[in-house]
Amino acid sequence: MLSVSELSFERYFEPVFEPVSFELGTGSLLLVTGANGCGKTTLLRLLAGLLEPSEGEIKCPNRPLYAGHNPAIKDDLSVEENIRFLMRFMGGRCAKSELEQCQEIIKEIGLAPVAQQEGRTLSAGQRKRCSLSRLLFCDEALWLLDEPYSNLDREGIAMLDEIVRGHLDDGGSCVMTTHGSLRPEGFDLQECFLLSGREQTA
Amino acid sequence: MNPIYLFFHKTGSPPWFYRFAGKLIPWLWAGFVVLTAIGLYLGLLRAPPDYQQGESVRIMYLHVPAAWLSMMIYGMMAVTGFIALVWRIRIMEVLTISSAPVGAAFTIIALVTGSLWGRPTWGTYWVWDARLTSELVLLFLYIGVIALYNAYDEPRKAARAAALMAIVGAVNLPIIHYSVMWWNTLHQGSSIGTSGSSIHPSMLWPLVFMAFAFKFYYGANLLSRARLKLLAQDHRKRWVQELLSGKEK
Amino acid sequence: MSQPALSTAFLALLRRDFLLAYRRRAELLQPLVFLLVVVTLFPLGVGPSPQLLAKIAPGVIWIAALLATVLSLDSLFRSDYEDGTLEQMVLSGQPLALIALARIVAHWLVAGLPIILLSPLLALWMNLPDAGVPVLIKSLAIGTPVLSLIGAIGGALTVSLKRGGQLLSLLVFPLYVPLLILATSAVSAAVSGLPYNGQLGLILAGMIAALTLAPFATAAALKLSLS
Repeated sequence: MLSVSELSFERYFEPVFEPVSFELGTGSLLLVTGANGCGKTTLLRLLAGLLEPSEGEIKCPNRPLYAGHNPAIKDDLSVEENIRFLMRFMGGRCAKSELEQCQEIIKEIGLAPVAQQEGRTLSAGQRKRCSLSRLLFCDEALWLLDEPYSNLDREGIAMLDEIVRGHLDDGGSCVMTTHGSLRPEGFDLQECFLLSGREQTA
Repeated sequence: MNPIYLFFHKTGSPPWFYRFAGKLIPWLWAGFVVLTAIGLYLGLLRAPPDYQQGESVRIMYLHVPAAWLSMMIYGMMAVTGFIALVWRIRIMEVLTISSAPVGAAFTIIALVTGSLWGRPTWGTYWVWDARLTSELVLLFLYIGVIALYNAYDEPRKAARAAALMAIVGAVNLPIIHYSVMWWNTLHQGSSIGTSGSSIHPSMLWPLVFMAFAFKFYYGANLLSRARLKLLAQDHRKRWVQELLSGKEK
Repeated sequence: MSQPALSTAFLALLRRDFLLAYRRRAELLQPLVFLLVVVTLFPLGVGPSPQLLAKIAPGVIWIAALLATVLSLDSLFRSDYEDGTLEQMVLSGQPLALIALARIVAHWLVAGLPIILLSPLLALWMNLPDAGVPVLIKSLAIGTPVLSLIGAIGGALTVSLKRGGQLLSLLVFPLYVPLLILATSAVSAAVSGLPYNGQLGLILAGMIAALTLAPFATAAALKLSLS
């Protein structure tokens, strides 16, 4: 599903991280860990195709889903309008009428009480939940989640674990970054410890 | 492998380019000195003064080649910039951004010599003459590219943004040039031309020599700048370390 | 992969942009008020002589339109860049040039079209003779899309820079020179009873060229800004 060999990326003419290689099969979860600033986000942006690798190769047959630090939520649109725009624009599974599905998703991610509120009124955790709503209607097989646990409360973390578990059971796979304090619980996972490239050359 | 790809791969390698440019630069400087000497001799001593403009016509031997080159360099930036963007060759990024200050300098030379020539000819330092106006717009285009490069932090991203701007500018440059020419004829019924249509050989030859001299200067200056930039960018890489420790010449 | 049809995504984006524009309508008025203020400054600066105003009217109105457009260009991609929507647009698999075009169309409808609607008032203020007014409107109708299209390239190139606004104007003003020359000369020609179709035809040609090329340049600049 995803195969990476000797991947590296240079910024300011220095490698951001030590070259990485890994294989990710269906139904598996890769946890990318490492200190702050070691290039976890850069690695995920490379996998998503937003950056071009300086060296090495990424083999990824299908377009992945990337959920980065920026939640892609418009301050002037309500939660429902935001999600409906993404559903229309990004596409995905659509069995029922759009509005019905949208309301169901909002209920599932626990934002039903604030569904009609504008994006600007949401707390950081609510924003995170709103941006994770895409996981519920997308049909990409590979998920790239950058620090998905940040700002989430305990229930939110449990909810996310549940969604990811369901995705893996369906034959999907997932790459997730974390700076260490929070880790997915009860998963059979691969781990990739990223080393900053700057220390090596100095 | 595809020979074209192989060629790019080889010339795209910084150490190879560094050595190659190092060998070429002395020849370019020599060409510049010789051609300038001949051009200035012909232009300042042998060519006759113009029957209308007198001795001031000799400024043309600097002004016209500088104006030609300023346009050519912008075109070069677009060509190297295009290659840089499409094939992601770092040398081409470096060449694109190294061309910009040289091109801007020649644009300024063309503007200054043009207005110095204008003083005795038109009686004022500045007239909205077609050539001067389009040189001025060209200067703004150059400043835009340089400012865009400096505004970005990451050098390679900066160079690619500047390359894209150079391409957009180069597509517009002929349109700007001709629209300014047309605008000029529209507003000035009888502008004093530069008597370029029927030029006597005694005035043409110094112009040709100076034009080539300036191109050699551009080549030498560009390659020196590009070499320096590569050294600065790669100062942690092994080939520069070896170069500095004298293992490789 | 069930990617939505291109037209669905294009329309969804346009719809969202209009909704956002409506929610922020007070901000949209700013460039238009700016346009009115700039034009007002000219009679105050050069004196109210009707002959003088009539002579400079085409240039003044067009330069004011240019300034007002550039003022609104900085925000063309900025909020989408800052909140991460642009990343998702690039990754959506839809052609980025068409996404850029949707943003440009939305920009023109909320920033360019009002300039055209205001132009009769500006012509009245600047004492532009009646013969020039229809040509002024025509030149703005085919010229303001060019302003949005070329400006979008500058907006995309400067979107990742903290203070991109000033740089943006430096980048795009030289590119607007031919349009300014053609449009003002068309209006002046109409006022003096000369043919003006040539100039308008050239602007139209420029608009078609910009329409085919600018979205691709904008898309390349957007990808670059995200890298």
